[in-house]
Formats: sequence, structure tokens, C-alpha cells
Amino acid sequence: MSENVPNDLLYTEDHEWARQEGNLVTVGITQFAVEQLGDVTQVELPREGETLKRREVLGTVESVKAVSDVYAPISGKVVKVNSPLHDSPEYVNEEPYDGGWMVQIEISRPDELKELMNAQAYEEFLKEHEG
Amino acid sequence: MNSPTSSEPRTTPLSQAHRRLGAKMIDFGGWLMPVNYPSGILEEHKATRTAVGMFDVCHMGEIHFRGPRAAEAVQRLVTNQVGKLFDGRAMYTVACNPTGGIVDDLIVYRVKADHFLIVVNAANIAKDHRHFLDQVGSWCEIRNASDETGLISFQGPKAQAALAPLTRAPLASLKSFHFLTDVEVAGRPAWIARTGYTGEDGFEIFCAVADAEPLWQALLDACAGLGGKPVGLGARDTLRLEARLSLYGNDLNDQTTPLEAGLGWVVKLDAGDFVGRAALLRQHEAGLTRKLAGFVMLGRGIARHGYPIHDPASGAKVGEVTSGTVGPTVGKNIGLGYVPVALARAGSRLLIDCRGKPIEAEVVEGPFYRRS
Repeated sequence: MSENVPNDLLYTEDHEWARQEGNLVTVGITQFAVEQLGDVTQVELPREGETLKRREVLGTVESVKAVSDVYAPISGKVVKVNSPLHDSPEYVNEEPYDGGWMVQIEISRPDELKELMNAQAYEEFLKEHEG
Repeated sequence: MNSPTSSEPRTTPLSQAHRRLGAKMIDFGGWLMPVNYPSGILEEHKATRTAVGMFDVCHMGEIHFRGPRAAEAVQRLVTNQVGKLFDGRAMYTVACNPTGGIVDDLIVYRVKADHFLIVVNAANIAKDHRHFLDQVGSWCEIRNASDETGLISFQGPKAQAALAPLTRAPLASLKSFHFLTDVEVAGRPAWIARTGYTGEDGFEIFCAVADAEPLWQALLDACAGLGGKPVGLGARDTLRLEARLSLYGNDLNDQTTPLEAGLGWVVKLDAGDFVGRAALLRQHEAGLTRKLAGFVMLGRGIARHGYPIHDPASGAKVGEVTSGTVGPTVGKNIGLGYVPVALARAGSRLLIDCRGKPIEAEVVEGPFYRRS
């Protein structure tokens, strides 16, 4: 897998990534999404404690040229948000899989994990859908 | 500048050059144009404010008016006073329809007493050409030279320093909105105008289509050592909006008048019997009901084209955002939109509906950014 699509993550068709650790997933947007958006200038995140359903809008990412929704890859409770993104939205551009993470969700429906793509499937998805 | 064969976007003569530079290309009003290069919009914006940005504007239209009645024809079309121009002098103005709506915003260049050039927006070339022919087609020769004319914009505080080694044209004495014909840049025949669309000092260089790419390469080399960069449409938009320059199709259209758009300074009601004059005179006498207001966001939110604007007092929707963006140099999120005149005054508060979230904004007068 290329470094743009890390092996240890799960992916959605809307270009979110999810890193599972026990009953928690950390969520962000992929390198591909970041390249499409360009310079990110504002990130809106949910409140800690909020409950989200899979595919519900979790937050928004605004770049200079566009605004884009971020969807919850999995249902659950938001236990942590990456609040430094409020003041430093550029982390999303600089390190989308690291400092640019957005929320941590406590999984309420573990079987939903099966609906996410692994790295290989996501790479194929990118090839097919985005040229 | 190729003729469209199907719904394929048209390309400028610099299309290959953009690809070699790694530009991200988009279809913009029927033209395949760079939205940004690999360094990104913010870097390109900054390069233009601090050094030089160069822009492919070959898609813009050039329409020539020639003949003894050329000046009269141009004055019939535009709201500003053409009689004030002299050879080598240009001015910003608009062309209106009979109801005072803006057909296009444009720059008129007086080449000679019997030769004027009008530079028009790319998306409006066909519409403008038809309008010009309909109104004054029999008064003089009107020739659309858009397909054979290249145009490169070279903008920023170091534009003159970067351009000077490529030309013997007297740049230092060329004032704002003045231009030189029959000069050479990098050994190619060119016209140089001291005009632009960024709020910076700068030049627009007209050339033959065949010379556009070699000229682009020469300019690229000339500005690289000074921190200059090619700049795409993304930063072109943030730069022009910080300078509060209107964008046709967003802030101006066939239904908005120049008086409403804050362009009263280009409307000279005594300049002559131009198309739309009677309607503008009526509107001037009756007073405006709405105006294009500039605003800065007070809360966290970026206004975007089409977002509703509400009156905070009544909660009623009073308008829509026509342009909105991040202002990288001013460090604020900024925008424009038509609102009732009472809300268009500096200091008025507006609520911008950012996808369901009402964010407060304050109306400000004048450009968001002025170069020092």
C-alpha cells in the first residue's frame, strides 16, 4: 500500500479513515480528501458526549475553495475531539493520519466495522472512482 | 482558445504549461483553467502580496473597435466617460442593458482616436460581442480578437523589478491604467498595461496566441528568483475579494445595476446617451433599495456564494452572499452580498446562514485590503 493509504486503517467511500483500538475508533479524512480540498482553513467538530449514527454528519472541513461534510464512519458516542484543530486547521493538510485526526468514537455497533473498506479495497475504490 | 468541438472545456495556449507545473485543472465557465499549483492557494496568495504572482488570463476576451465613430460607439456602450481617455490610457467601466443591469464589467483602452480595445470577461465574450453588434454594429468595425490574443497578468510589489529585465519598455514611468502598445517582452511583440485584478501593482501583457507560452516561460524564469509563482483561480479569487473587486456572475449580473453594486464611480450620467442611462438616472433619482455590502465574519464561519443573509433584528432573509472566502492577508473571513440599504451601512450587523448556523457579520466600507 502507498503511504497515502496506510495499511492499518479502515476507510469509507466518503474518504474518512478510522483507526480501531479496542472499542474506540479514531476518525479523520484521507490524504486523497485533503488533496481535493486544498488548504484547510476551518474545522468544525461535534461536542464530546454527542452520539452519532453511522453516515451522520460529524463535522465540516472548510478549505479556501470549498466546504465539505465529514461523516461518521461508525455509530457511537464521541468521547474525544481534536480541539487543537480549531486554532490549527492546517494539521489536517500536514498530517491527515496523525495530528489531523478529528474525533474518537466509542463504538456502539461493532458489526458496522465490516462495512468499511480495508486499505487495499480503498485504493481500488480510488482507482475506479476518481481516476 | 480552441474552438469548442463538444462540451469539452476550451483550453488556453498555456494549458500544457500548467500541466507541466502540476496544476490542478478545473472547468471554469467552459474553460479548462488551473485552480491552483502544487504549492496551494494560500502560498500563491502570499506570493502575489509579497513578490509576484503570474496568471493565465488568455481566456479573457479582446474586442476591437475601429473607425472614425469608434469613440462614439464605445461611449454608447459604457457608463464611464470615454471622452476622458487619451491614447495609451485605459479605464474600468461597465456596459449596461436598457434596464440598467450590467451586461459585463470591462476595461476600455484607447489605442488611438479611432481605435479602442475592450477587454471583457471570458464567460461573456459571445454575449458581449452580440450586444456590441446589436447596439453599434453599423457605427464602426467591431472585431472579436479573443481567439488570437494571449493575456498574462503579472501582479505584485516586485512585478516591475521582475519584468524590467525582459523589456526595454519604460515601465517606471508607466502609470496605473496606462498602457504601451508595440513594445517587446522577451523578444516577442506585446502590449503592456499597468492594470490587474489583485489589489497589487502589476501588469497585464497582451501578445499573439503563438507567443503566449514562450512569454509565460520567460516570465516564470524572471519571477522565480524574486519569490514569484504562477497563481491559479483559487488565489485569484481570494486576492480580488480582499481588494473588493467584483466578479461578474457572482457580484454583478444582468439584474444588478452599477449603482447597486457600488460602482457609481464608473457611472457618468452626463457622459452621453449610453445604453441604460435612462434607467440608471431613474434609479439614481428614486434612490436605491439594495446595495452590495462588504462584510467581515465576526464568528467562526466562512461565507460562501449563495448563503442566505438575515437581518438580526427581524430574523428575515434579506439577501444572499454573492462572494465569500477566507482573506489570507487580512486574516478575516470576508464576503459580499446585496442587502437593503439600511443594512448596507458600515457597522451594521448581519447574520450569515452558514449551512444552518447563523454567524454574525459586520458591514465594512471600502476594500478589505489596501496595499501599503
